[in-house]
Amino acid sequence: MYNYSEFDAAFVAERNRQFRAQVERRIDGSLTEDEFKPLRLMNGLYLQLHAYMLRVAIPYGTLDSAKMRQLALLAEKWDKGYGHFTTRQNIQYNWPELRDVPDMLDALAEVGMHAIQTSGNTIRNVTADHFAGAAADEIADPRPVAELLRQWSTDHPEFQFLPRKFKIAVTGAPADRAVTMAHDIGLQIVERDGEIGYKVIVGGGLGRTPMIGKVIAEFVSQEDLLPYVEAVVSVWNLLGRRDNKYKSRIKITVHEHGIDDIRARVEERFKVIRPTFSGIDVQLFEEIKAAFAPPAFRDESTAIYETAYKTDPIFRSWADVNLAQHRAPGYAIVQISLKAHGETPGDATAEQMRVMADLAERYGHDELRISHEQNVILPHVHKSDLPAIHAELKKHGLATANIGLISDIIACPGMDYCALATARSIPIAQEIATRFDELKLEHEIGELKIKISGCINACGHHHVGHIGILGLDRAGVENYQITLGGDHTETAAIGDRTGPGFSADEIIPAIERIVEAYLEVRTSAEEPFIKTYRRVGMAPFKAALYEQAEAYAAE
Amino acid sequence: MPREFTPKVVTANALIEGDVVYQTADDRWTRDLSEAELIKDEGLANLRLAQAEGQPELVVGAYLADAAPSEDGPQPTHFREEFRRTGPSNYFHGKQAELTDV
Ligand code: HEM
Ligand code: SF4
Repeated sequence: MYNYSEFDAAFVAERNRQFRAQVERRIDGSLTEDEFKPLRLMNGLYLQLHAYMLRVAIPYGTLDSAKMRQLALLAEKWDKGYGHFTTRQNIQYNWPELRDVPDMLDALAEVGMHAIQTSGNTIRNVTADHFAGAAADEIADPRPVAELLRQWSTDHPEFQFLPRKFKIAVTGAPADRAVTMAHDIGLQIVERDGEIGYKVIVGGGLGRTPMIGKVIAEFVSQEDLLPYVEAVVSVWNLLGRRDNKYKSRIKITVHEHGIDDIRARVEERFKVIRPTFSGIDVQLFEEIKAAFAPPAFRDESTAIYETAYKTDPIFRSWADVNLAQHRAPGYAIVQISLKAHGETPGDATAEQMRVMADLAERYGHDELRISHEQNVILPHVHKSDLPAIHAELKKHGLATANIGLISDIIACPGMDYCALATARSIPIAQEIATRFDELKLEHEIGELKIKISGCINACGHHHVGHIGILGLDRAGVENYQITLGGDHTETAAIGDRTGPGFSADEIIPAIERIVEAYLEVRTSAEEPFIKTYRRVGMAPFKAALYEQAEAYAAE
Repeated sequence: MPREFTPKVVTANALIEGDVVYQTADDRWTRDLSEAELIKDEGLANLRLAQAEGQPELVVGAYLADAAPSEDGPQPTHFREEFRRTGPSNYFHGKQAELTDV
């Protein structure tokens, strides 16, 4: 794990001190809201529907037990006992009071955390594969480069007032678990003739105009990476449209100019910038890499695991669904579901955070990850420890065996919390999960990703859900539009709209009809929903959604 | 003929807690919509909004929200205002919890 330098600590402390003074001046009336708003947003503080919301960055989703315990402390002391993990490897607190936020930021700083650049037109928290450093299919750990990018972008003088927010994601494996194709810049670590480098994707993004990114460079070497990325951001900083918020993201710039034009401009700019990089970044990268050295893995028997797997069916079904393959023999990656049926996706209580911190410390080399799918990962666990971990998780409502299944839903806060929302998302997610749990169909259905957003901003990634749900306001009533066939992985795709939306009462039965249609048309249980959709297309689902509905109405 | 004016309440968030608040006829801020002043005249509504905006030490983001009269005071006419009045649907938190304490 990377530890921040004294310089970082001093920088954060100074920022917090400034912000404390700004909050005081807002409260005593010497700052107006118009003056204060940009200052609070610079520190991750939003005003939402019912309260303030503080967004804290968890860089590339990596944290240790000390950090997790501190997140629990914040939840307990200054919030209502829980926090919400988001799709951008952040945690959001929904109920802080304005006067407490400086204390919260100081508490975060004690463990090297902060809320800087979690808002505003800057380079946001750099995200990465949540299996980084552990996955069996990994070419190289994406976190050192994510950390390098974090250091380079934090407080970068040229990039504090970009045309719009800017998001970078990195994956170190061919299987893309970081949604790199839907980011402003997606970096995929690749290997060419034994050399590690980066494939650079630009212009992906969700929101109002969803787009899959385009390859701007097939291979950029480690030495060239930072200047290359800087060239991309700087070209966009110049070309990006500041006249229209909805056309300002790099995806529109790429779309309007064409990828070839952008590539030529970036290469031009790169030539100018390259000599200004002295090589210190490469040296720094090597130091960072050393800080991410893998833990000392144990070489031990896995007999305890095998016995539990054979004898305990509840453990077995959890292990089948929630474990992923680790690179080290005898090890597994544990995915802890924050999607217990009927609960709010991504929420964890202070107690649950502490349980996970304890487990990481005791069995997981003190490492935790937050996934963009709003779950928590113990990346390095010896299989012999799994039965004990499972037993502990069970006691705290954390042993739901549903990773990748229909109830493992991504849902943004929607209109229950978010000031921008046009409809609620959380209750829809809760009802779908509860309904399919009652039907006992979840495991039979297999891999199926439902993603829900409460407005077109698409924080819930609905465009790339196998089934995407978008909450809208239709003449003063909540209405839900469905898309099918979205994919967030290396075969990324934007889903297709099925047709007219459904009311809150109709949406759960509509999802059920889609699932029934899938179960009917799939070749076997081995053909997951997304493959079936690609084979048969929209027609059978459309028929199930609308013709059946009409038939019911006509009865 | 001028378009008919739909009745409004002045609403905002409390500066410190962020809670949803409403302006009362006697110039207080209440957390209970039923105590809010229901304004039926457009000119008066704009005046009351301006007065609310002149209290930045108490509230932020004041605006006029549609409301309908009822025996129990103003009622929301749109679901967004309904959620603002009650609090989130996934937990018994926020105003719904606080109001039962009263
Ligand atoms: C509650 C406060 C939030 C606000 C005010 C907010 C605001 C926005 C806005 C305005 C956009 C559109 C950006 C654009 O395309 O130009 C957006 C996109 C996005 N937000 Fe949020 N959001 C919030 C919460 C969240 C949460 C909770 C998550 C994760 C669950 C999230 C993750 C994202 C993601 C992944 C996008 C994707 C669109 C993209 O950048 O391509 N946001 N958000
Ligand atoms: S998608 Fe819309 S409703 Fe959901 S968090 Fe983002 S801005 Fe809010």
